[in-house]
Amino acid sequence: MKKIIGVLLTAGALLSASVIATEATHIENVNSGGVESMRGITELDDTRKADELKRVIKDRGPIDRDYVYQPPLVPHQTRGYEVSLNANKCLSCHSWKYAGEMGATKISVTHYQSREGQVLADVSPSRYFCLQCHVTQVDAKPLIENDFKRVDSLR
Amino acid sequence: MKLILNFWRKLTTPSKAAVGTILAMGFLGGIIFWGAFNMGMEATNTEEFCSACHAPIVKELKETIHYSNRSGVRAICSDCHVPHKWTDKIVRKVQASNEIVAFLMGTISTQEKFEARRKHLAVREWQRMKENDSQECRNCHNFEYMDFSEQGPRSKKQHSTALASGEKTCVDCHKGIAHKLPDMSDVPGW
Repeated sequence: MKKIIGVLLTAGALLSASVIATEATHIENVNSGGVESMRGITELDDTRKADELKRVIKDRGPIDRDYVYQPPLVPHQTRGYEVSLNANKCLSCHSWKYAGEMGATKISVTHYQSREGQVLADVSPSRYFCLQCHVTQVDAKPLIENDFKRVDSLR
Repeated sequence: MKLILNFWRKLTTPSKAAVGTILAMGFLGGIIFWGAFNMGMEATNTEEFCSACHAPIVKELKETIHYSNRSGVRAICSDCHVPHKWTDKIVRKVQASNEIVAFLMGTISTQEKFEARRKHLAVREWQRMKENDSQECRNCHNFEYMDFSEQGPRSKKQHSTALASGEKTCVDCHKGIAHKLPDMSDVPGW
């Protein structure tokens, strides 16, 4: 009889210990509380599978601008275009020297000015890294409906 | 002196061996020599061999379309830098013996030394490509089979005029397609 009680006690102790252990791990889990983001439901401590890469628009005409002073978007691929201390591939078409001959959009006059507005002979170093403002475009649908209106709507 | 004389006598007097044996020996020797020669030519055309000295530039290639692309066709160093035609290949290989001196002197043995010499090396290669009408590009990119309707408007314009007339050659525009560029400030078109 004593033996049976002993066995039951140890079994009970083990069972309760395992329950506590599972509860502890459950608390450690971070729960999103069922809130779904536009990227779907993912627990915060899970790593979600990455989306497929979008394809960059190969080549098309200029893209209309949406607001005043918007840097024009890049309507073509730029893979392998070197912009470094040694060379700037963008400028071999878009600089004032070559834009006409290449049929490319000429870079703005503001790029030939220093921060203080002094006119320079060449592209200002502060404007040298084209892709900081001008970005290549992919053929992606907006994630949510967007009611942004173009600047024309203010006229 | 006597030794040399004896050797000379051996060379000038007819051998006592059968003509067939002599011929067979010559024939075998020829095969071995030719095989070894071609194996040497092939061994010095591999990417591993090139990267022994030009390691930084082999690394740069890996980011470009000539290494990684959708269809998995790729070029190795020798596809572009060693002529494919046998006679031209031999000429280039003989010139390359000069590069052994550069290797022994450690001319580009560090990244810094390599960067300092990048312009020199690039200009020399552009000149070589210009002189042979970008032959190594054309080994794969054959003008005859270019479909202009599949090209972008700018490519179409340049290829159907300047390239078609022979006024320009591939490397005139396509610089730095497989490596990083040197200082381009005095290069026309940049």
